[in-house]
Amino acid sequence: MIKFENITKIYNTGGVVTEVLRDIDFEIDKGEFVAIIGPSGSGKSTIMNILGALDRPTSGKYFLDSKDVSTLSDEELALIRSQQIGFVFQSFNLLPRSTVLRNVTLPFLYNRQVAKQARLEKAKIALQSVGLEEDRWTHLSNELSGGQMQRVAIARALVNNPNIILADEPTGNLDSKTGQVVLKTFQELHSNFGHTIILITHDKYVAEHANRIIEIKDGQILSDKKIK
Amino acid sequence: MIISDLFEETFLSLSANKSRSVLTILGIVIGIGSVIAMISVGQGTTANISNQIESLGTNLLTVSPGSQRRSMVQGGMGSSQSLTMEDAEAIREITDIQAVAPTVSARKQVTIKGANTNTSINGIDTNYFGVKSVELESGAFITEAQIKSRAKVAILGPTTVTNLFGEGFDSVGEKIRIAGQEFTVIGVTKAKGGTGFGSSDDLIYIPITTAQQYFTGSQNVSNINIQVKTTDLMTSAQDQVQVLLLERHNISDVAKADFSIMNQADMLSTMSSVAGSMTLLLAAIAGISLVVGGIGIMNMMLTTVTERTREIGLRKSLGATKNDISSQFLAESVALTFIGGVIGIVIGYLASLIIAKFGSMTTVVTVWSVGLSFGISALIGIVFGYYPARRAAKLDPIDALRYQ
Repeated sequence: MIKFENITKIYNTGGVVTEVLRDIDFEIDKGEFVAIIGPSGSGKSTIMNILGALDRPTSGKYFLDSKDVSTLSDEELALIRSQQIGFVFQSFNLLPRSTVLRNVTLPFLYNRQVAKQARLEKAKIALQSVGLEEDRWTHLSNELSGGQMQRVAIARALVNNPNIILADEPTGNLDSKTGQVVLKTFQELHSNFGHTIILITHDKYVAEHANRIIEIKDGQILSDKKIK
Repeated sequence: MIISDLFEETFLSLSANKSRSVLTILGIVIGIGSVIAMISVGQGTTANISNQIESLGTNLLTVSPGSQRRSMVQGGMGSSQSLTMEDAEAIREITDIQAVAPTVSARKQVTIKGANTNTSINGIDTNYFGVKSVELESGAFITEAQIKSRAKVAILGPTTVTNLFGEGFDSVGEKIRIAGQEFTVIGVTKAKGGTGFGSSDDLIYIPITTAQQYFTGSQNVSNINIQVKTTDLMTSAQDQVQVLLLERHNISDVAKADFSIMNQADMLSTMSSVAGSMTLLLAAIAGISLVVGGIGIMNMMLTTVTERTREIGLRKSLGATKNDISSQFLAESVALTFIGGVIGIVIGYLASLIIAKFGSMTTVVTVWSVGLSFGISALIGIVFGYYPARRAAKLDPIDALRYQ
């Protein structure tokens, strides 16, 4: 479903040319749970930005559902993001002073395919699947604990039923115990609902929760192995 | 994004920062309110002036003596004594002309027992009241017989009555002394409005013959008022009067004419344009505060965009297009000016009522001034909201998400 072909990314800032990614090739099938691991500066965030249609590669091709998205316009990329990709960020990025339900229904603002009447129902299903207690749903997002916030963020990523869930250091702002709960949530989404999940992390322990680990260093793939 | 979502988002984000939104709206309220109030004062004044001039009649020509010129010395306007009763009689012969009313005027001291005033004394004939459309509050007009006999009778303006006798006093039949001569009051005119110098309410009418005998001592007249048959004939009548008087005064060069002809319509348009400029000036002054209010909007929106950079990044990651983001921020600034505009119009209207009540000024709030301010406030929302909205839309989602 996802295919990277010779993806290269070069940044040119003020005459200084940095090659962040060099000839990256990999494929990810539907229903996989993949961790992309690497130290900071290895280029794993750039991979995530390209995977998430936030950025375009300098050269190479990125096929998503056998469609080349590496050359699409800003508007077409926005459409891909709204319909096919769900992001989970390290710092949650929830709207403060807004209820859990408003946060989870936010993606529908930019997806015209979902009728207004259906929104609340879909949001409730997503919140159930991440296991957030029902009495929290009308709370303001800033009244929740870190683990709860991240599960709201995961529900927000799920709500449009995307092809890929992209999680960028989802446990980076959590203690190990709540981090464990969040990782378990991902595993359940993968095994119970068959979601495709790509986890980006620098933490080997976190990566081991996935079924396959792609290791990146200095913009190149160091290793790619299935572990489960 | 669909429209109902846009409204909801706008409402939610404006109410998330209530005090900031209220203060920004206040800037627009003051701007729009003062534009409405100022224009209402300007338009009230314009309407007042037009009414006054129109009440004097728009088919009126007034011939005044020109400046006196002896060798090299140029005298002031009206200083020459060039118009006579015979001129008036000659003008009467022109066919386009309905009536002619020569007047003799002078300022004299008027006394009664225990009170006195200085006012304008106008010697008039029987045509005058018709030509100038003067109406009487009480008493009778000056008659042909009184003119022939140089009777010492007087008709007072209502302000003069107040000055001499006190307000509302029935002065008909009373005796007054004008420059030492005793006159009998035979009537009082209706109030026409207008204050200050040249008011048509503070004056005294006496027979023209009486004025010539006792106060000017000559056959000359101060003005000749001419009523033209219809307004269309004004220009041709004015030309005919000019030709006739030039001929009678043996003047070949129009530039050297010893008289001038004034047209009420000209005066009306001159005064209206003066009042129009004044309205514009007032509106421009008020407009400055509107611009300041607009800058307030822009300031707030720029702050909001900076504060919400991460939120913008998030929305973009959820699939928001540039258009979605810019319309969201534009909607916020337009909503601010729209609310400010509505409140401002109400406040401006109330202010104009207060000015009219306590400032003894006429104020008029017209539909166009309301429409104009409304349009301006919406425009300010768009103009001053555009730049912050563009800035938000142009943010790179990756940088925005990383923004601290």
